Amino acid sequence: MSADPQPAQPTALDRERTELGATWAETPGWMGWLSAVDHKTIGRRFILTAIAFFALGGLLAVLMRLQLARPEQRLVDADLYNQLFTMHGSTMMFLFAVPVMEGLGIAMVPLMVGARAIAFPRLVAFGYWMFLFGGLFLWISFALNIGPDNGWFSYVPLAGPAYGAGKRADVWAQMITFTELSGLVVATSIIVTIFKYRAPGMSLDRMPIFAWSELVTAGMILIAMPAVMVASTALILDRLIATHFFNQAEGGDPLLWQHLFWFFGHPEVYIIFLPAQGMMSTLIQTFTGRPIYGYIALVLSLVSTGFIAFGLWVHHMFATGLPQVGESFFTAASMMIAIPSGLQIFCWIASIWRGRIQWKTPMLYALAYFFVFLVGGLTGVMLAAVSLDLQVHDTFFVVAHFHYVLIGGSIFPLFGALHYWFPKLTGRMLSERLGVIAFTLLFIGFNLTFFPMHQLGLLGMPRRVYTYPAGLGWEGLNLLATAGGALMALAVITYAINVVWALRRGTHAAANPWNAGTLEWATASPPPAYNFHPVLVVRGRDSVWTDPDPITVIGLSCARREVLITRVVDANLDHRFESPTPSIWPFITAIATSILFIGSIFTPWAVVWGSIPVAIGLIGWFWPGSKSAPQEPTGAVIRERLA
Amino acid sequence: MKFAVTVCVLGTIFVLACEREQRDLQFPSEDTRRVPMIPVTDFHAGGSPPPPPVVKSPFEDNAYAMSEGKRLYSWYNCVGCHAHGGGGIGPALMDSTWIYGGRPEQIYASIVQGRPNGMPSFGQRLDDADRWRLVAYVQSMSGHVSSDAAPGRDDAMQTTVPESRRAQQPILFTGSQP
Amino acid sequence: MNMQSMLAPAGLQAAAIERLWWIFLIVTSLVFVAVIVALVAAIVRRNRDGGPSDRAAFRGVAAAVIATAVTLIGLITVDAFTARKLASLETDDRMVVNITGRQWWWDIEYQHPLPSMRVRTANELRLPVGRVVQINLQSADVIHSFWVPALHGKRDVIPGHANEIWLKADTPGRYRGQCAEFCGLQHAHMALTVIVEPQDKFAEWIAAQRQLGPSDASEQAARGRQIVERGPCSTCHTVRGTDAGGRVGPDLTHVSARQTIAAGTLPTSRENLRKWIDNPQHVKPGVRMPALGLSRDDIDAVVAYLGGTQ
Repeated sequence: MSADPQPAQPTALDRERTELGATWAETPGWMGWLSAVDHKTIGRRFILTAIAFFALGGLLAVLMRLQLARPEQRLVDADLYNQLFTMHGSTMMFLFAVPVMEGLGIAMVPLMVGARAIAFPRLVAFGYWMFLFGGLFLWISFALNIGPDNGWFSYVPLAGPAYGAGKRADVWAQMITFTELSGLVVATSIIVTIFKYRAPGMSLDRMPIFAWSELVTAGMILIAMPAVMVASTALILDRLIATHFFNQAEGGDPLLWQHLFWFFGHPEVYIIFLPAQGMMSTLIQTFTGRPIYGYIALVLSLVSTGFIAFGLWVHHMFATGLPQVGESFFTAASMMIAIPSGLQIFCWIASIWRGRIQWKTPMLYALAYFFVFLVGGLTGVMLAAVSLDLQVHDTFFVVAHFHYVLIGGSIFPLFGALHYWFPKLTGRMLSERLGVIAFTLLFIGFNLTFFPMHQLGLLGMPRRVYTYPAGLGWEGLNLLATAGGALMALAVITYAINVVWALRRGTHAAANPWNAGTLEWATASPPPAYNFHPVLVVRGRDSVWTDPDPITVIGLSCARREVLITRVVDANLDHRFESPTPSIWPFITAIATSILFIGSIFTPWAVVWGSIPVAIGLIGWFWPGSKSAPQEPTGAVIRERLA
Repeated sequence: MKFAVTVCVLGTIFVLACEREQRDLQFPSEDTRRVPMIPVTDFHAGGSPPPPPVVKSPFEDNAYAMSEGKRLYSWYNCVGCHAHGGGGIGPALMDSTWIYGGRPEQIYASIVQGRPNGMPSFGQRLDDADRWRLVAYVQSMSGHVSSDAAPGRDDAMQTTVPESRRAQQPILFTGSQP
Repeated sequence: MNMQSMLAPAGLQAAAIERLWWIFLIVTSLVFVAVIVALVAAIVRRNRDGGPSDRAAFRGVAAAVIATAVTLIGLITVDAFTARKLASLETDDRMVVNITGRQWWWDIEYQHPLPSMRVRTANELRLPVGRVVQINLQSADVIHSFWVPALHGKRDVIPGHANEIWLKADTPGRYRGQCAEFCGLQHAHMALTVIVEPQDKFAEWIAAQRQLGPSDASEQAARGRQIVERGPCSTCHTVRGTDAGGRVGPDLTHVSARQTIAAGTLPTSRENLRKWIDNPQHVKPGVRMPALGLSRDDIDAVVAYLGGTQ
């Protein structure tokens, strides 16, 4: 039911909508801005902040490429270069890739599942502030010459107390704590939203695939991120109070760090990858005009990838001298994970075969995936083989591989999805022309930058080197890569210009400009604060296509922020619940937590004294308000009105 | 207006870039034979104290210098006589007693000139950067530096509390009153 | 130009890996082409009839998945065979070399039952053709990675772990290796020269390495020797046959016989030795060797001594 132009007489529905608008409105002014709990607002903030970090990380990459363009250049010295690649990797992985996927989840999942709000909105707000403060902490430290310089993976002993002088490695380790805490709380919220906030009738097998991908990702976050928090905490403890986790002379082991880090690190890349697979299914479905082929297969692929991803981490450690039998297991697992990914690709090709392509910018990004991610996935199969990995590990071949899978597998779908959901989130359409230009520049620039790196790795160029000698055949390829980097920068700038232009002058978007089938397109662009009124009942997949005049739910209060809680599997009605109102306490608690985290890299007492402000913040946050208890949906209060 | 304020704040931050984290790799080397006159005691004739020495440690509270100093302490075999601060053949370096003074320039002079009863003169064998790094490290052994900059534990069997967790010792001469 | 390329193998294992690479490249390229052809067919096909039926699509996807699984199992098998080949060198009749990775150079010691016959050198590994070599890897500080692409894959050098790598070089020549695990400021300049030569030349070389220090016949060289022994050099370096016995830096006894200095950063020449000794921090900023402040004459004397003979 899209927002039709207002008829001459305000109907009962219009009056209810006006009242709902007031009930769900944000508080005005500075306080309101800091207290926001609307999931669309927070989702937009996540996305914008993540894109800002993406731009910063990209600038660092440009600097690195300039330094590597010619052999034995002295543009950037060794110390700065080490900081550049560390900041580039850390920013892209922790401050851009995961937050942007989460941000899209926060913004879109409640809309897709027909909910009025996200679960635990104040927790999500807290998650945003922690992400922002963690990112600021890292970058301000970089500006103060305390930026980390040991790589985004921060191996010990180099990052340990003996070889990592000063506080640089501690800044890295604590940034992890910020961003992983943010990830964990958002993941919790997304899981509960998907399990309990779905519109009545939206059983799990009617849920959009993007929601499934966010669900699996959130589950992976819950298991993977504690591992890296343990690792980074152990590192801080080693550095600050002389524990011996990684000290081989006192019974620890540097290899322990690698196991702990990569147990997180490998699932991390799938955390970045899986939502993008969900986006692919979404884009292909919409732009071929038919329900996606192989829904069950696609969902099972997502779930099985999520599980198998936890069994691959040792493939980052093939050169460390582990026993061969153990390594073989990880070769097999690393190759086998290609099967669910392949299954998804085949289902998408089948979908394209059966549909009619709408040649719009988001579809271009989705099609580019096949060319780019496939190369990366295949080089991944090569890297899974221990023997081959022993030669190309830690060379530019790996750099090429992971950029192909990350950019091809995640960024291309992401840019397509941002283009696709832009009208929904902002109410404006992006320019098609600028979109195609940005896409073309990105596709060409990306391949020009990263394809030569395969050859560089085969010719023996290792990673993380601030310069290289002439005479080994590496000069021309490096220059080519730098030229490609310039094109990529142009592409990103073009995309940004498109966004800025669209926000000012873009056409106003209708509720469903792409004629898509999922529920978020059943409400206005941008949606009102309460998302849906009335709340829709779902009777099949892609209900905007299959059920144009749906049954609705009536009886939810317009004077309170009521959401409908449903059951996990079949989404039958369970109870009504009052969603939390805006509050400043998540922000205050985030400030207090940040002080605790930052202080604790200087002295262990910060944990003790710092927990007092945190306790105050939490007490303020959870102080019992006047919210009513969850109410049963009695027959007298909620009726399904038959069409 | 908001933009201007942001620029000013960021500019200030850049300017105040952290001294502790500086990594001085191109430290100019000095002629190894020249060492200025540095008093090794606080006793002086007459009423007013003598003017302060012209020699200043370039690595005051610099974490990289202390970390390098710790490495050099083993490399140049200071451990052979001074152990890891507890002393043995040579005096302890982590306590409050200093025979020839515990201020940075005094430690520097002791290293460069050597001292009676067994401390060799390292003037010919160390360049200025290494000398001052050792000075910075020796200061950290008695807790005379900020704990942020002092080294943590090393990757070896533990002999004692790491320098970053040591309480500051006073600097006392043998025979002088605290 | 191909000194560091894995596609120009000079040893048994590198050759096996290179063969594996071509197999993988061909198979994955075929897969890529097949998928792209299917995609293009899906796009270009004019589906007047709504495309393949559910049943046809199911069969197509299932066939593709089965083909994928079979291909992957095939690749795993080929890899397993190669892995067996790589591990097949272990034998009792081998030469043993201990290599210690240090920031940022390679400390190489040829082992021998008699300690006096051991040879310590730095950054240059000479190997006889066709002989199996066992290299024991240790780290003195952080994690490094020993990697000579022409001979084998890499093996990490981890403090507290006793890793080893077995090599057999089959083609004489000069090859380059490089540290392949980020190890700090000068990770980029931690290279290794590997010279593979016939057995008799190797025997000559190692006999020469066992000779004591350079000749101090000329006056300048004698003065150079004095500076090395009594000045800053001996705190870190060893020159066998003299009083210089420092162990933390490379052994300089036969430094002029090596092809490069500073771990592959500069080719060996008197001019480069002068440049290095004058201020190593200009060549390799952050390196553990300080700028010593020696005068021009002193440096010339030291170079005359160290750069003297074999």
